[in-house]
Amino acid sequence: MARIAAFGRFWWEFIVGDDWLVSVQIAVAIGATAAIAATGASAWWVMPPAVILVLFGSLRRATR
Amino acid sequence: MSASLLVLSVFLASAVEMVEALTIVLASGISRGWRSSLTGVGVALVVLAAIVAALGPALAVIPLDALRLAVGSLLLVFGLQWLRKAILRASGFKALHDEDAIFARELAEAQTAERGADAGFDWYGFTLSFKGVLLEGLEVAFIVLTFGTTQHRIGLAALGAGVAVVLVAAVGVAVRAPLARVPENWMKFAVGIMLTSFGTFWSAEGAGAHWPGSDASLLGVIGFTIAASAALVAVLRRRRPVAAVSPATV
Repeated sequence: MARIAAFGRFWWEFIVGDDWLVSVQIAVAIGATAAIAATGASAWWVMPPAVILVLFGSLRRATR
Repeated sequence: MSASLLVLSVFLASAVEMVEALTIVLASGISRGWRSSLTGVGVALVVLAAIVAALGPALAVIPLDALRLAVGSLLLVFGLQWLRKAILRASGFKALHDEDAIFARELAEAQTAERGADAGFDWYGFTLSFKGVLLEGLEVAFIVLTFGTTQHRIGLAALGAGVAVVLVAAVGVAVRAPLARVPENWMKFAVGIMLTSFGTFWSAEGAGAHWPGSDASLLGVIGFTIAASAALVAVLRRRRPVAAVSPATV
């Protein structure tokens, strides 16, 4: 059991790193892109500024 | 266009990871002996090859849009980790990656570690090299697999990684010292930009968005990410801490 937990922890740290909020916010941005695209409207413009906003928030948390 | 960007991204990421792995292997080889250290390198390479061989074909059968969504999201989260650290380093909030300092620390730790009862083979040296190459190599394997399968060009991605591995290994064998002169921090910045840009592009495409100009807009995404990252570095530099920070290890 401990080995499974350690294995999971390794992959979590490998992919997600030390700021899990980044993953959640990226998931929200992708969801918003999918929702807008599903209506037939142009949705490409959502991700670039969303990514920079997420990065800005993560940097603020890291330097507080 | 995207083929050369793909090779360049994989080459840079692989070269950075190889420099880090080389530092650990050199510290292990010099302090614990080359036989056990090089055995650790060999076993780690076999494990990495097995991972790529097992996962590569499996990823290739997933529908392209689903693959781009999954891979793009993963790559984006992964790339933002690199970019965040690179921006923190460039703005002075995190110490620059110093291979000389890391080499000295690894060497001191390896020299003070006890030798096992088996005088013929040093398991500490083996484990140190194995872990170093496997962990750094996993990042390379992850990038090769994600870039390669999403673009259906896994051979090209593997080529970029292979050239970097051979190049860094050759220089490492020639100089037998940590490659402190490699502009590693700037290379990491570049890799962070590439991973984040490709991740942004593919995750949006996988979610159903259509980029104006198709693949050509990837250049626009890269330019936007560079400009925004430079602006974030400038903003953070104004709030630069006075105290020195401890050496980075990632």
